[in-house]
Amino acid sequence: MSAAHISIDSDAIRRDFPILSRTVYGKPLVYLDNAATSHKPRGVIRALSDYYEGYNSNVHRGVHALSMEATDRFEEARSAVARFINAESPDEIIWTRNATEAINLVAHSWPQGNIEPGGEIVTTEMEHHSNLVPWQKVAADRGARLRFLPIADDGTLDLSGVDSIINERTRLLTIVHSSNSLGTINPVKELAAKARAVGAAVMIDGAQSVPHMPVDVQDLDCDFLTLSGHKMLGPTGIGALYAKRDALETMEPFLRGGEMVLSVTLEGATWNELPMRFEAGTPNIADAIGLGAAVEYLEAIGMDRVRQHEVELTGYALERFAELEEIDVFGPRDLSLRGGVVSFYASDIHPHDLGTFLDRRGIAVRTGHHCTMPVMGRLGVPATARASFYIYNTEDEVDLLVDALKDALRYFGNGPR
Amino acid sequence: MQMSELDELYQELIMDHNRRPRNFRPIECPDREANGYNPFCGDTVTLYLKMDGADVADVAFQGSGCAISRASASMMTEAVKGKSGEEARQVFDAFHEMLTHPPDSEFEPDDALGDLEVLSGVSEFPTRIKCATLSWHALRSALDGGGETVKTE
Ligand SMILES: Cc1ncc(COP(=O)(O)O)c(C=O)c1O
Repeated sequence: MSAAHISIDSDAIRRDFPILSRTVYGKPLVYLDNAATSHKPRGVIRALSDYYEGYNSNVHRGVHALSMEATDRFEEARSAVARFINAESPDEIIWTRNATEAINLVAHSWPQGNIEPGGEIVTTEMEHHSNLVPWQKVAADRGARLRFLPIADDGTLDLSGVDSIINERTRLLTIVHSSNSLGTINPVKELAAKARAVGAAVMIDGAQSVPHMPVDVQDLDCDFLTLSGHKMLGPTGIGALYAKRDALETMEPFLRGGEMVLSVTLEGATWNELPMRFEAGTPNIADAIGLGAAVEYLEAIGMDRVRQHEVELTGYALERFAELEEIDVFGPRDLSLRGGVVSFYASDIHPHDLGTFLDRRGIAVRTGHHCTMPVMGRLGVPATARASFYIYNTEDEVDLLVDALKDALRYFGNGPR
Repeated sequence: MQMSELDELYQELIMDHNRRPRNFRPIECPDREANGYNPFCGDTVTLYLKMDGADVADVAFQGSGCAISRASASMMTEAVKGKSGEEARQVFDAFHEMLTHPPDSEFEPDDALGDLEVLSGVSEFPTRIKCATLSWHALRSALDGGGETVKTE
């Protein structure tokens, strides 16, 4: 009997996810690729079809019933996301396609007037490419310097030099909350306070934290936080930027066109209210509503319990992995510093071969650099295999993974098959 | 073992070349050298060629990669050593055809392929074809004169 079943009823939850009943190569699907994208419960899928079948319409400009209904549901979804991360107001939630677009929005619209030549942008060595590459361009364009908090050997951030890296020249601290390739949960609140103390703004990449643990933007005291709907039981194609109203008020629009304007003449335009000012064009109505349904699903479970389930499952996985001498597991051992991500490497088996082997058992893991090539360099491996958990994963699935890994070690090892 | 398709991919000969890759070494002062890189999985290969007139006098490789990419490179070096540049290109074409021919089409393996035929199972694993062809693209680049890193994407 395991503790995991006390905090969350995974069996009941699994029944809400139609895809989990399918097989792969004749075997039950064991889906351990949640850091890449999560599955969708029936309620989210139904929210999409309800919109298209019941009240499909454009939002905001309509006087007819369908448009008003669509607008209401669309704005309710915004409120749901605001509530979920404890934003002060729904006006601080801007819909984007995904976390990447949210980061790009900030990188496009915020630096003007905020980062001068010689200013510094502080980030970490463990960022997803989407929170690295946009800042490389900002730094190059503005003559600013990009600085990095390094990764320590245990997969946490090495903060020994933090007080010189975050200094009076720092204009922005932009940092991943929970690493998708190491699993590390970073001390973002403490780092945000340090950045605030030197007058810098703070952005948190919440793509891997918001789906898996309670996140409170007011408690973290960040200016920006980004999330992707598809990683938190929502549809693809919808994400959000949380931005403090004060920050948004000073920012230039990102995209220009309809919806984001108040009045337009042939010569010029004035900008709409927040948050519409940052949402040019017809938004992704259906998927925003779908994300609202996902948020409600997670709220009904409770994010504390989601987190607890993953802590227990990850703890169990780390215990079982300890049986596999040939396999190195990366990231912190302290479960309080770790999300539900287990990245590993078997020196005798290339991750790609391992991925194919597991796939034939119906086990979906991700292999490769996980869009964190600098992290692979830091670990000294070409790639890793990664299992990542969510509410519907079980200890039985961890067992299937570990058993399959044992077989893989035999299969690719030197002995007979 | 019940995983027969997997066994077809990872044939014994492939596993053997993976464990003990042949010609897995640098060549001092090669006449040609080419690099291959697969951005999808991070595999790298450096291919070295020593020519004797139009013939491949020696060929060797280094790099890091999965079992398929390593075995393919190893077997390739054995297949093209001693052949003329032109013959090596023909093996390249036959090999490429073996892996990428449409699934339902007739395919007659070329005699020139020899042992390389054990890699034909890779065609059933679309995500792995690039693993098998990486070193071959590097070979062709080296035959063409080398220089640029060839990418599989
Ligand atoms: C930590 C982190 N940040 C950002 C992203 C980018 O998310 P998206 O591709 O949905 O924009 C990801 C996705 O893998 C991620 O794991």
